Amino acid sequence: MTVLTAGAPVTLRRGHLSAWVLGAVGVVVLLVTAGLFAVTPLEGTAGFVIVAAALFLAAQGVVSTVVEGRRRAIDRTVTSAVVFAFLLALVPLVSVLTYALRQGAHRFDVEFFTHSLRNIGARDAGGGAYHALIGTLQQVLITTVISVPFGLLVAVYIVEYGRGRLAAAIRFFVDVMTGIPSIVAGLFVLSFWTLGLGQGFSGFAASLALTVLMLPVVVRASEEMLKLVPDSLREASFALGVPRWKTILRIVLPTALPGIVTGVMLAIARVTGETAPVLLTAFGAASINTDPFHGPQSSLPLLVFQQAQDAQQTAVNRAWTAALTLILVVMVLNLVARLLTRRNRLER
Amino acid sequence: MSERMLPPDRELDPQVRSTGTTVVAGDDARLPGAPGGGLLPRTGGRSSVRRGDRVFRGLSVGAGVGLLGIIVAIGVFLVYRAIPALQADKGNFLTDQNWDPNALPPVFGIVALAFGTILSSLIALVIAFPVAIGVALFISHYAPRRLAGPLGYVIDLLAAVPSVVYGLWGIFFLNDVIKGLSAFLHDYLGFIPLFAADGIYGRSILLASVVLAIMILPIIASLSREVFLQVPAANQEAALALGATRWEMIRIAVLPFGKPGIIGATMLGLGRALGETIAVALVLSPAFIVSLRILEPGQGNTIAANIALGFGEATANGRGALIASGLVLFIITLVVNVIARAVIYRRKEFTGGTL
Repeated sequence: MTVLTAGAPVTLRRGHLSAWVLGAVGVVVLLVTAGLFAVTPLEGTAGFVIVAAALFLAAQGVVSTVVEGRRRAIDRTVTSAVVFAFLLALVPLVSVLTYALRQGAHRFDVEFFTHSLRNIGARDAGGGAYHALIGTLQQVLITTVISVPFGLLVAVYIVEYGRGRLAAAIRFFVDVMTGIPSIVAGLFVLSFWTLGLGQGFSGFAASLALTVLMLPVVVRASEEMLKLVPDSLREASFALGVPRWKTILRIVLPTALPGIVTGVMLAIARVTGETAPVLLTAFGAASINTDPFHGPQSSLPLLVFQQAQDAQQTAVNRAWTAALTLILVVMVLNLVARLLTRRNRLER
Repeated sequence: MSERMLPPDRELDPQVRSTGTTVVAGDDARLPGAPGGGLLPRTGGRSSVRRGDRVFRGLSVGAGVGLLGIIVAIGVFLVYRAIPALQADKGNFLTDQNWDPNALPPVFGIVALAFGTILSSLIALVIAFPVAIGVALFISHYAPRRLAGPLGYVIDLLAAVPSVVYGLWGIFFLNDVIKGLSAFLHDYLGFIPLFAADGIYGRSILLASVVLAIMILPIIASLSREVFLQVPAANQEAALALGATRWEMIRIAVLPFGKPGIIGATMLGLGRALGETIAVALVLSPAFIVSLRILEPGQGNTIAANIALGFGEATANGRGALIASGLVLFIITLVVNVIARAVIYRRKEFTGGTL
């Protein structure tokens, strides 16, 4: 408003920076950065990109302030900063995946998937993750068998029956439970099952610990899906004289099923990658143990952890291949789960 | 509080009442005043229906109570197992920097571990927060509509990578990058106590913090993105109609609306960072010391990492001590998580994701 009273001719339109001007700014910034890196002790690709990005933000801000005014300049700077933030977030993902692919390829062979580490020292070549694959498979399977019905029942309680303080408390603590550190879940099963009941290390103990981690995820995912089931379906069922429990089992759950399957798959992906609770409860073993209820067992993430702690290159190579396998399993689970959601999405 | 936490699917009730429809099961129990939302019809009905309903309801209530029981049991059993070790402790558990629970006599204290845990998590938060908010804004307000979904999914994939893989990548790849960065920080900002060093870098708290930052970034980003997407279009359009630029619109319409969500998401990220075990255990060169020197190896340790690293060699008393430290971690993360969830719950329509 004050501008209008200033007397000078006022235009409401300010200049506008075209794309090629910004491009030119970019090129100049790159040249300046290259110059800086040639003259000063600065070095490294990462450093180059960061310095260039910072310089670009500054240069764009100055040019835009001159041509377009302060408000537009801030807007431009924020826009660029937001884009840079997103690109920055992609860097570790791309880096982890490509690095794991490169390092994991060394031992991605038949022997790796068909042999255990029995009698294989850190320096020895060969050996594999067969025992760990078995362990992971059994532990995750048992975890799923326990968590899914348990979690579904909790979700049914929250959505279909829950009222008052108890339901509020359960809802709240399901959310709090998602934040329990995995190592604490491991310690819990260690103190309750392994030490308390004197059961010793076993794959089943690991499953119990993983259940503590998987349960809240299953509950949350199923709860979201059950809420999306339209009330008209329930009412129609009630109107036909169907009792409530049958309505839930025959109408509500089947309607929500695709979404629940997605949630369960994501939960499985999450617990498959857990290391700490398995370390405390199954402890790890070099030999094949197909009995999840007795004796120490290994798992894929645990194998990665234990092999990575060896300084020997052969062990590290095994760790990378196991890590690559783990990434592939988790990514496939994630992708399939997302594709499922896209195909059968209940409209909100 | 309890009012807000009710599941939002209860629109059924007024309709049922107003239309006077008789619902076979649970009609009268749905009326206000019915205790606990019971569903059994008070009036006589077919007994098999009633039994089926009673059994099913009992199962689901039992599961819900069982879940609460697990949380209580975690606390109880950790305390139960920690007490003997704490009694055997010849040092002061709260103030002693040593950690020798396997020695005779055992001397151990939590202060060095707790300090390292909180320091590394806070640094991780400082690094992750601005990037995560930028990512969330990019996906909710800057990226083309069509791309927003897939791009959000790509960021979620960051959370899908198992922590042990980040640890492995941290040792063999990121460590070299951090060494360079550490040298730079020490050379130019060495007067800050945080960046003091004696020329040896890597395997440091900073490395652990950067790994943690990468791991909590998708959590903060995806939750913040959800709140940003819930900002009423009317508020945003009003701002734009008044001539606000996109940033001004975000500053006056989106960020104030999203503030509780951002705070909650950040606290959840903090909770995750505090409890992260394996990645830190792999990348950190541990030491039981309260130190601010984040660039050097052997200048700290975290509770969770120490449990993973110390478990293998622990004696019975050592295990008890580790459980005691786990109890401290449990309490810290529980407090952080409860605050986070309470902040998030204040905004009723936002319930948080499954991360």
